[in-house]
Amino acid sequence: MQMPQPDSAVIARKDRLIARLSQVLPADAVIHDPAETRAYECDALTAYKCPPLMAVLPGSTAEVAAVLKICHEEGVPVVPRGSGTSLAGGALPTADCVILGVARMNRVLETDYANRVIRVETGRTNLSVTGAVEAEAFFYAPDPSSQLACAIAGNVAMNSGGAHCLKYGVTTNNLLGVTLVLMDGTVVEIGGAHLDAGGLDLLGVICGSEGQLGVVTEATLRILRKPEGALPVLMGFDSSEVAGACVSDIIKAGVLPVAIEFMDRPCIRATEAFAHAGYPDCEALLIIEVEGSEAEIAHQLDLIKAIAARHDPVEIREAADEDEAARIWLGRKSAFGAMGQINDYMCLDGTIPVSSLPMVLRRIGELSESFGLEVANVFHAGDGNMHPLILFDANTPGQLELCEALGAEILKLCVEAGGCLTGEHGVGVEKRDLMGHQYGPGDLEAQLWVKDVFDPAWLLNPAKVFPLEVTASRRQPRLAAE
Amino acid sequence: MRPETEAELAEAIRDAAGPLEIRGGGTRGVGAAGARLETGGLAGISLYEPGALTLVAGAGTPLAEVEAALAAENQRLAFEPMDHRGLMGTAGAPTLGGIFAANISGPRRIQAGAARDFLLGVRFVDGAGQILRNGGRVMKNVTGYDLVKLMAGAHGTLGVLSEVALKVLPRPETEASLEIAVPDAAAAVALLSAALGTPYEVSGAAYDPGRGLALLRVEGFEASVGYRLERLAAELAGDLAGEAQRLSAAASARLWQGIRDVAAFHGLPGDVWRISCKPSEAPALAARIGAERLLFDWGGGLIWALTPEGDDLRARAGAYDGHATLVRASAETRAQLGRVEPQPAPLAMLARGLRAKFDPRGILNPGVMG
Ligand SMILES: Cc1cc2nc3c(=O)[nH]c(=O)nc-3n(C[C@H](O)[C@H](O)[C@H](O)COP(=O)(O)OP(=O)(O)OC[C@H]3O[C@@H](n4cnc5c(N)ncnc54)[C@H](O)[C@@H]3O)c2cc1C
Repeated sequence: MQMPQPDSAVIARKDRLIARLSQVLPADAVIHDPAETRAYECDALTAYKCPPLMAVLPGSTAEVAAVLKICHEEGVPVVPRGSGTSLAGGALPTADCVILGVARMNRVLETDYANRVIRVETGRTNLSVTGAVEAEAFFYAPDPSSQLACAIAGNVAMNSGGAHCLKYGVTTNNLLGVTLVLMDGTVVEIGGAHLDAGGLDLLGVICGSEGQLGVVTEATLRILRKPEGALPVLMGFDSSEVAGACVSDIIKAGVLPVAIEFMDRPCIRATEAFAHAGYPDCEALLIIEVEGSEAEIAHQLDLIKAIAARHDPVEIREAADEDEAARIWLGRKSAFGAMGQINDYMCLDGTIPVSSLPMVLRRIGELSESFGLEVANVFHAGDGNMHPLILFDANTPGQLELCEALGAEILKLCVEAGGCLTGEHGVGVEKRDLMGHQYGPGDLEAQLWVKDVFDPAWLLNPAKVFPLEVTASRRQPRLAAE
Repeated sequence: MRPETEAELAEAIRDAAGPLEIRGGGTRGVGAAGARLETGGLAGISLYEPGALTLVAGAGTPLAEVEAALAAENQRLAFEPMDHRGLMGTAGAPTLGGIFAANISGPRRIQAGAARDFLLGVRFVDGAGQILRNGGRVMKNVTGYDLVKLMAGAHGTLGVLSEVALKVLPRPETEASLEIAVPDAAAAVALLSAALGTPYEVSGAAYDPGRGLALLRVEGFEASVGYRLERLAAELAGDLAGEAQRLSAAASARLWQGIRDVAAFHGLPGDVWRISCKPSEAPALAARIGAERLLFDWGGGLIWALTPEGDDLRARAGAYDGHATLVRASAETRAQLGRVEPQPAPLAMLARGLRAKFDPRGILNPGVMG
């Protein structure tokens, strides 16, 4: 993977930059000692590392604005950072950049149950948003598996999803307003506690823009009352085709579960060895969760079981109580951890039309064989968001490259099937160079227009999302101006 | 001009000598000044997969055609787009493209989301005549910037939609509603908020001041609907000013169609405003604007107001969390007051910048977005 040549003129101005930033930030918020900047050298895509020139940890929107204004004047690239859990390298630094971390901005600014919104600083973690309203039986719906660690900042930037978004939507469907600081330090307020912000839907394009349009410092989020209860059912099938058909039948029947999760045999075996959840050893396993009162849950589960029965399941396991429910979820929730135990793995995130699931799974199996790397599949089946996990050994020379090549083939396959490269993790650096498979040159150019408008100097996270050669002419003037 | 293909649409825009009035069904009366460009030729459903909850169709496809196809599979558009004909006094047939270009959502907005939340992908022609696309036909997609959202609600000012891919949902088994007498808007909004704060998945929460009634809808499986209505009535009992009257499925459907289409204003003269606000601010805001008629939807978060012709409602509204759109007025009033609420300078600058990129000649529905 290639990153742009760091700008030596910027690196040469490091001392001046430290001095200027120290004027607008407390001393402990300006991190420039190489021993300390190492902490920011990567996100959760750990295959790529590069310590930044420096890192800053502002404590307020005003401080963020002051930092950006200075960096803008100095022509220094800025990479925003939440908790650094991106799997796409979205928060990966360059040697000439300032990492702007919002981790210190984690306050709840307002909870408003009557209007069902919460306003938070974006350094707050996803789970602690729900934590702030839980006592009143409310919750914040988008629930990425990383929710204990990841911040609303990254959730907004990546438009993150989670297991329950089949029913509740992803971040963009639950975001009502933001405070955004543009690269030149201008603070803009978009939306608020009302629905559908006025004018063009800027909120819609900011969500998912991977830190390239502005730094999001505050967010107004929709909160919901918790359902009365929820219960999963687990079912195993002889083939993934059949499991896929079962998912489609359930959806067609008008039942809309909160979550439909899918695991294939390699994934089941790995998690069994790790978590001992007692899953059946079968080709494909579904975990389906429904919500409501006891009677409503029972009714929906009856419908689901009746549909599943028509597909000859090898097993249907219900949960009589919370304990058994937790056991059903145990394996799924430890899937990534289990994979990490066996091997290094790369987690893909392509999305496909649900109808092409069997074809895509078959082709992934063939690709896996021809590349000689094992692939385990665990994913959100209701919406076609796949998570193929490619297992490899990072210590064996050439394996990372082989793994990346296989990953690229799988993602191209997702696009060919009518899907896309990434359903919730974002493009970052990881899928940057595949963007040409998804979009034509004009389609990409139209996206660059948006960045041209928000960040004309192309200083915010400039080396991400788009192939470097596509953005070269835009990133160049800055260097030429030195 | 009425192109029959996307290529013809691109050519029409490329060759345009001046401003274009982009027209779907012409039911919303947005009407920019310019040569008329109709999308009706770009019609037809090209893909519908009920098991994947997705549908792809030409932007000019009549809503009725889409709804019929969905009904046959027991599915629907969950965002419940309103039919503007009664309110605007227009004829014609609403099109899919028009609905998404205007981001039209009905009462179920509070529970299911807005039109923009159901738009998965777009093909469109920009102001220079280039055919572009964004998004796709899958439910989760974060591949690059979400121009789909940007196109939804842009009223064609960034490009003319040629094809849309959308998410559809199952049609629930049944619905039912509660009508509850309330003394005033403050009591009504408090009651609606309380209802929306329960776990009973209220999918409609409105207040009709004309009848003094707060209205609540639930949908789903028969037994579940019955259970949730009962729970609502019981839990809100402390807040209830009057008896809760239960409406059966057919009556409930009629009621919400009327609210969706603002039937209470049909045939009445005057200007019509649509205000999006924070629900708890709605009662005071409504009192300040002193309209001739009002209708509250979205738990108070949406106010429909009927005002005397030419009246500047925004001036009286003062500062609040939200914005007001002038939905129906004479051309002069619209020119004078502006259809959409003026935005703060930095936002207006971003919007201008985007329009200059997507429509460098400024020919697509000029003036419609302010
Ligand atoms: C084990 C594991 C499981 C995961 N599961 C899921 C899952 O289920 N669903 C899912 O969607 N994702 C998942 N992720 C991915 C990741 O957690 C999400 O992308 C998350 O939203 C990133 O948040 P963060 O705060 O860590 O962001 P970071 O990694 O710090 O940054 C992510 C991106 O956001 C930008 N950014 C950060 N802060 C700001 C800001 N204030 N303003 C503007 N841009 C900003 C960064 O520049 C970067 O491009 C998982 C990751 C891990 C490690």
